[in-house]
Amino acid sequence: MIHDFGIVWNERALLLSGLANTAILSALAAIAALLLGFILTPALMSKQRAVSSAARVFVDGMRCVPFLLFAYIVYYGFPSFGVRLDNWTSGLAALTIYNAAYMAEILRGAWVVQPREPIEAGIAFGFSEIKLFRRIILPPLLLSAGPVIGNQMIQIIKDSAFLTIIALPELTHAASSIQSRHYVPFAAFITAVFLYWGLCLVIEAGVSSIGRVAEARR
Amino acid sequence: MAEIKKVLDVAGVSKRFGDVEVLSDVSFQVDKGETICVLGPSGSGKSTLLRCINWLERPDAGQIYLNGERVGINGAGIIMSDRDLSQIRTRIGMVFQHFALWPHLTVLQNLMEAPVQVQKRPKAEVRDEALALLAKVGLSEKRDAFPARLSGGQKQRVGIARALAMRPDLLLFDEPTSALDPELVGEVLVVMRDLAREGMTMVIVTHEMGFAREAATRVLFLDRGRAVETGSPERFFSDPETERARQFLQRYAGDIANGRR
Repeated sequence: MIHDFGIVWNERALLLSGLANTAILSALAAIAALLLGFILTPALMSKQRAVSSAARVFVDGMRCVPFLLFAYIVYYGFPSFGVRLDNWTSGLAALTIYNAAYMAEILRGAWVVQPREPIEAGIAFGFSEIKLFRRIILPPLLLSAGPVIGNQMIQIIKDSAFLTIIALPELTHAASSIQSRHYVPFAAFITAVFLYWGLCLVIEAGVSSIGRVAEARR
Repeated sequence: MAEIKKVLDVAGVSKRFGDVEVLSDVSFQVDKGETICVLGPSGSGKSTLLRCINWLERPDAGQIYLNGERVGINGAGIIMSDRDLSQIRTRIGMVFQHFALWPHLTVLQNLMEAPVQVQKRPKAEVRDEALALLAKVGLSEKRDAFPARLSGGQKQRVGIARALAMRPDLLLFDEPTSALDPELVGEVLVVMRDLAREGMTMVIVTHEMGFAREAATRVLFLDRGRAVETGSPERFFSDPETERARQFLQRYAGDIANGRR
């Protein structure tokens, strides 16, 4: 067993590059998904029925598709419409679009329980449209939804493991290459698990610092 | 004598919510420097009237003019764009029943937010003015506190200072003391009384009869969505014209006699 971990240790460069790729992929997807959420959430809350219904269909639809299937569709299905993306681009696109639906729903949930008056005060003081959302509505949403957004980021990290099926060289892909090369499944995969866990601890730390900022304002 | 200018002209405003007629054909005018207290039983449409003035509610009929300029409808007779409406709203300050401070900003930032972001005034100038306003409402030491750390009375004084930071032509108060514990009402009324004395033009929806009697230049009595009576507070409180106003005042008579309100 020690010997198995020794083999994994010898392949550490591969694992670390997988870890780095997972971190980069997850961070980019999380930021992009959140930004997309900033557009989707006002659409979900729009008074114009056509806009809110379209956003609702997208969000509900996305949340009902297993991520693995969605990743397959983006990578293998899109080329039949002439959209051919490399594995990095399609992996990032799949992670982003899929999680944007969750981010939008998280922010919408935080929005509906916000008191109405501060937003009304924003309108009464001359804020409108984008500026109203950006300066008055969004900051309290981010503070109150911080922990749930952090949770979703952890979900993104775990979802990114599926992208091994489109040969994206992320952490799971690295672990599985080590195991297939050296037949050390337990050592390879358990090491990957601990590395995922480390990434999640970083997110947790971020969430608790947002929590402290929010606490002062509550 | 200086020319008296109408700051606000509300002409025949009506508003329905579904089947309920909340306001019907309400008209009144406010001269520069006046303090108008809008009184009436709950559900009489007072808050809706106030919210129609800056178009937080869109009136179904009637016109509203701020310094002669139509609110909500542009020169071509169509509903203003959000941008134009926002511009005119920056000239009407509003103080809310539940304070409506922005929770993510400190007290000082609450005061500076709209003047800097919406009115695009220079930050340094706005900051100086905001600090002076905080001193005026007695909250200089709270400038870096978040609203959640303030008492209700302090929050509402910040609410008033925030409205003043816009340098508005007109200040609207929507039951500014109704959400306060009784012992905190006084500190807010003091600030409002000072503003009245300084000649700020204000429309105040309130249940504070003592304050209305003392500080108002005129009282507007609303009942079931109609402006039933308007006149000087002396007249209104001692000898109201209508039976409805008389009944309304009787319910507050004890309070006024005891000097509690």
